[in-house]
Amino acid sequence: MSMLEVKDLHTSFFTPSGEVKAVNGLSFQLDKGKVLGIVGESGSGKSVSAYSIMQILTNPGRIVSGSIKLHGEELVGKSEEEMRKIRGNKISIIFQDPMTSLNPTFTIGNQLREAIILHTDRSKKEAEARAIEMLKLVGISEPEKRIHQYAYELSGGMRQRVMIAMALACEPDILIADEPTTALDVTIQAQILELMLSLQKELGMSIIMITHDMGVIAQICDEVIVMYAGGVCERGTADAIFYHPMHEYTRGLMRSIPDMSDDEKTRLVPITGTPIDLLHVPPGCPFAPRCDRAMKICLQEKPKEYWVGRDHLSACWMNVKNGACYEERPEEGTVEVEEND
Amino acid sequence: MSDSKKYKNILSLQIDPDLFEKASDEEKAQQVTMRESISFMRDAMRRLRKNHIAMISLCVILLIALIAFIVPSFYPYTYTKQDVSAQNLAPFQYSAKEQAKIAKGISVFPHIMGTDALGRDYAIRVIYGTRISLLVGIFSALIVIVIGIIYGSISGYFGGKVDMVMMRIVDIIYSLPDVLIVILLSVAIKDWVSTSQSELIARLGAGMVSIFIVFGLLYWVSMARQVRGQILSIKEQEYVLASKAIGSSPARIIRKHMIPNCVSVIIIVAAMQIPSAIFTESFLSFLGLGVSIPMPSLGSLASDARTGLRSYPYQLIFPALSIFLIVLSFNLLGNGLRDAFDPKLRS
Amino acid sequence: MTEQKAFAPNPEYLVQVSHLKQYFPISTGFLKTTMLKAVDDVSFDIRKGETLGLVGESGCGKTTVGRTMLYLYQPTDGEIWFDGKKIGSKESLKEYRRRAQMVFQDPYSSLNPRMTVADIVAEPIDVHHLCENKKAREERVHELMRLVGLNTEHATRYAHEFSGGQRQRIGIARALASKPEFIVCDEPVSALDVSIQAQVINMLEDLQHQFGLTYLFIAHDISVVKHISNRIAVMYLGHMMELASSNELTHHPVHPYTVSLMSAVPVPDPQVSRKQKRIVLEGDVPSPLKMPTGCPFRSRCSRATKECAECLPPMREVSPEHFVACHHV
Repeated sequence: MSMLEVKDLHTSFFTPSGEVKAVNGLSFQLDKGKVLGIVGESGSGKSVSAYSIMQILTNPGRIVSGSIKLHGEELVGKSEEEMRKIRGNKISIIFQDPMTSLNPTFTIGNQLREAIILHTDRSKKEAEARAIEMLKLVGISEPEKRIHQYAYELSGGMRQRVMIAMALACEPDILIADEPTTALDVTIQAQILELMLSLQKELGMSIIMITHDMGVIAQICDEVIVMYAGGVCERGTADAIFYHPMHEYTRGLMRSIPDMSDDEKTRLVPITGTPIDLLHVPPGCPFAPRCDRAMKICLQEKPKEYWVGRDHLSACWMNVKNGACYEERPEEGTVEVEEND
Repeated sequence: MSDSKKYKNILSLQIDPDLFEKASDEEKAQQVTMRESISFMRDAMRRLRKNHIAMISLCVILLIALIAFIVPSFYPYTYTKQDVSAQNLAPFQYSAKEQAKIAKGISVFPHIMGTDALGRDYAIRVIYGTRISLLVGIFSALIVIVIGIIYGSISGYFGGKVDMVMMRIVDIIYSLPDVLIVILLSVAIKDWVSTSQSELIARLGAGMVSIFIVFGLLYWVSMARQVRGQILSIKEQEYVLASKAIGSSPARIIRKHMIPNCVSVIIIVAAMQIPSAIFTESFLSFLGLGVSIPMPSLGSLASDARTGLRSYPYQLIFPALSIFLIVLSFNLLGNGLRDAFDPKLRS
Repeated sequence: MTEQKAFAPNPEYLVQVSHLKQYFPISTGFLKTTMLKAVDDVSFDIRKGETLGLVGESGCGKTTVGRTMLYLYQPTDGEIWFDGKKIGSKESLKEYRRRAQMVFQDPYSSLNPRMTVADIVAEPIDVHHLCENKKAREERVHELMRLVGLNTEHATRYAHEFSGGQRQRIGIARALASKPEFIVCDEPVSALDVSIQAQVINMLEDLQHQFGLTYLFIAHDISVVKHISNRIAVMYLGHMMELASSNELTHHPVHPYTVSLMSAVPVPDPQVSRKQKRIVLEGDVPSPLKMPTGCPFRSRCSRATKECAECLPPMREVSPEHFVACHHV
């Protein structure tokens, strides 16, 4: 059984100007010890997916339908009190900006200790010892000294390490990382990603990595979900997504990234047009208005998710047209991977 | 790979193969909608219109203003005309003389709010008082806007030492007791006002003139502070840097980039300034420092009513009610404007 | 880079920066100020029609270099030469402000929310009185909007009604309005989504060909800088560490900092990424207020020796057109 199973999740924000369908039918399974990446541009619904799992959506957002099962236990419909026991304890989250998620008026030791005491029955002294241990674990030098410091005294990379320490203090099964390295420089990003991977192996947890950076995805993820305008374009193993993308959006995304090894400076192939207005989502595929190969059906009807490989699903009418998709998961060895053009 | 399985979904869905034709650019473009163009002002006004309390307040203010500025021109009584036979009448009561007239068949306009101790029609005096209050509110807002914007934007734009000195001056002004200054000023300029050639100044009286001077001298400081704060934050915006890179002069940057982005703060502070100025004027008139006799003000009317409070409570109730309505409506409208122009501030 | 007291302009270059220094006073306590050396003795030249990339991590001074080059800050020391003329006098600045322009990072804060697109784009025209009448101004605005791929029907709209990519196009149209020869692009695509980044990069390249523009392209994303630049300069803590052609720099970085920077760039290819050997730098960038003595990078450098602590390594040409500031090459 999967550790986390999300089925047909729909989350909307009910704004004064209308309903914004931020997440529109997200399904996935996360196994123990795996790193799942959710990649998408701004407004794709990747962060809202994470907040829905944690049920920390801000007003006027709420889960409309769908199911989120942790170890087979349904989370949708749980009371705030029940969710509080799960947050930080079984599922933890770290955010893009560690400055705003750390309280500036308390020392980091104080905040770490509080987080530990909240979820375990450790005494103050034991919690302090655990806090120091956690800071050591995330590679902070002189943790005994650091616990008496405030967030503003630390650098961005340091703060993100403290956030990770705080998130992992109760040994959660799942760590959700919402753009944890976006605000950091590449050399610091490399440190943090390395740290996350080593901790994941050490503690045997699963990670949901939310990012817009395909490079970060390639570096640490086993499985990938590609999202666009609240909908899932395709999902599958990292290799399947990177080497055999089966959705026009994913293909376009790959083409528009400059290639470091290309010395000829070949002209980039961008995706034309602009992102859609989430208040006016077209009836068909949300990517259709920007898709070079869009067909009439793409504009009229939303494509369903079909299997396009053994570990690969895609929601694109092109696959239906090419007859490259299946309603059920294909048996091993029955599919040769379609070469894309 | 079996073809039957591959094509299963297409067949089972029974989709018209024509639908798999390439879509044209026009078809795609149809789905891209750009939202209706809304300028900042229109957007704010739309939000204001949705705020019922603010809209009711606005209507009340407009109604009061309409009465205060139009009714006196055709009202049969004037605020100065005394009638010894009609002292302290209750609302809609007629004096013996007036009853005699009515008996003769001559129609007499009723004293809607009665009369005062000198037999003057009270309704017209309250209307005049309201007019004075509104004028004080509007003029003080104008004074505050002009001085506050100029002072605040210079201080904010140049920053550094200029800002330091200008803001310390503001701090000093802030700590001056305004009532004391009004009293001192009204005594000091009494002779000048009474001998003034200008009819307007003479009619307003030393108290009123000093109130306006004090508004001009002291009341703009909060506007100046707010505008400066706003300018300081706008200064950090990249569009100001962009304008500098283009080669714009400081005057152009202040005029084109800074002031237009301060509009919300200016409107909000000005809207809040009006009730506080009206209140100050009423308060000073109540103490006898405001308008000069015989001109009525809501404050002086309330003050005069104190002597006969037990017998004629309505003489206090009418001006008090008027002050209450004006100040409350302006405050509520001010809140509405703040919410409309600065949605972030709304809690 | 030897003793060069009297600077002589070289006609081959459009922009020349010589020993540029930019210090900011920072108050560090009551009546105490410390100098923050945002840019410390940086020299480089840009050829006509060339794109020079400037990379580095946040706080390395790359944005300050761009802004000081346009005289948005008065340089503490050093000279800026443009088209054979020294910039600094009032007359030179007025002309320079027309011929050199800037594209900003944040498409949201760089456009005045109270101005229409037409007024934003026309601002350089208005400031420099480049159009004789209203009609000519409107025609020019429409021409500029078409040039950057904007619908001219949207000229009367406000900037907040557009998406990030379209806003950046408005910013570029504004920069082009005064027909400049040199444009400082300060992280013009960093705030944009990947799919939009490519559109803007392509457009900047097209405009460069069409108008013979010269760019200083500042960014932290090395793959983007490599794609668009002819040469790349790497900065660290206000100093220039390495300068070489973009292919040379990305394939054969010499400075230890550049080497680790290149290895830290995530590659969007899982198999390559898994095999990639990363040199993960220890620690954080030191505060520019507490700079290490000698080489600024030595506190994180694995090859640091006594010599590095003692004196600042000068820029040396290690191979043709490849300059490095390191004692160990």
